Amino acid sequence: MKPKIAAQSGTFESSDVIFLIEPLPDNSGRKLEISSTVMQQFGASFNRIVLEMLDSYEMTDIHLIAKDKGALEPTIKARLETAIKRSLEQQEGTLK
Amino acid sequence: MTKNFKKRRTMLYIPGNNPAMIQQGGVYGADSILLDLEDAVALNQKDAARALVRNMIKVVDFYDAEVCVRINHLSTPFGLADLEEIVPLQPSAIRYPKTESPEEVAELLKIIERIEDRHGLPHNKMTLHAMIETAMGVQNVFNIASMFSRVDAITIGGQDLTADMNIVYTPDGVGIDFARKRIVMAAKASHIDVIDTVFPDVNDEEGLRRETEYAKKIGFTGKAVINPRQIDIIHKVFTPTEEEIRKAYHIVKEFQMNTAAGIGVFAIDGKMIDAPVVARAQYILKLANVTVG
Repeated sequence: MKPKIAAQSGTFESSDVIFLIEPLPDNSGRKLEISSTVMQQFGASFNRIVLEMLDSYEMTDIHLIAKDKGALEPTIKARLETAIKRSLEQQEGTLK
Repeated sequence: MTKNFKKRRTMLYIPGNNPAMIQQGGVYGADSILLDLEDAVALNQKDAARALVRNMIKVVDFYDAEVCVRINHLSTPFGLADLEEIVPLQPSAIRYPKTESPEEVAELLKIIERIEDRHGLPHNKMTLHAMIETAMGVQNVFNIASMFSRVDAITIGGQDLTADMNIVYTPDGVGIDFARKRIVMAAKASHIDVIDTVFPDVNDEEGLRRETEYAKKIGFTGKAVINPRQIDIIHKVFTPTEEEIRKAYHIVKEFQMNTAAGIGVFAIDGKMIDAPVVARAQYILKLANVTVG
């Protein structure tokens, strides 16, 4: 699936992560920009979670920006799920 | 006495969209944790909070605390979606805001049980806490408290109640005093717990102590908490004193010995001890985690 609109979820607070998703032109694939305060320790895990979630929603033609402040896995998954569903216009949230 | 004893001296409100507070929720020692999807969450973040609470409940260790989730009212666009996500996880309890009538509770339970059936879950594990925060709810509180076996606690929401009554909340609580006592009496008559409203000024520790002592005196089981700083003060008020525990221990010990000897009513220091006194003593010992060997 492809994002229909730009969408955001999460906050810049400690233990949280903010995701911003934008649609890209057709056949652009995925463009990911991930930064984290704990990148050195948990960067690989963070990337794996993001890619698995994008795969499970079959997301493509997507520009994803993530700024992590040490979120735990359930938080990362909840925030990304929310951003994806908002971008697919399945849920309402910010940036609409 | 309540039907099923649970220690509910404090119930800590945690905003449902705040991951840091949720993941630390269990460390403060509150008897209950209340993950809030309702008033603590902005309207445009309801979806985010719902997903976060659902994920956190699955993995966060809240230690010994009872975990409750306050959902949005079914008259809002969020209530049903909250139930669909939270009921399958079977927290200890669902807290329902602005409960006004037994019909409303019946409708809510019907939806909950439909979701439980879909997931092959029992109907007797997760309980329901009804929040009484409108004048209509206060009027109907006995039926709300007594008609459903799954309602095992009722609570008063002081802020919303004063708004509904169009009065200003005052620290002496005069405006909601009738409601407090009516709600307590409904809970006592139904043998369920009753939790007092929050004390909003987190810097006024003396005021919190006074209000908690009053709540205990008129029969509340515990008090809602909006800041972990308030927990110790409330626990001190609701935890029996050493003297109370000694006295209760003595009563229960004598009761056990007299029961074994086939004696129903007996006296300690010239005072008659009968079933209600024993029940009260047993409750004190449960609160103090003391067993009589």
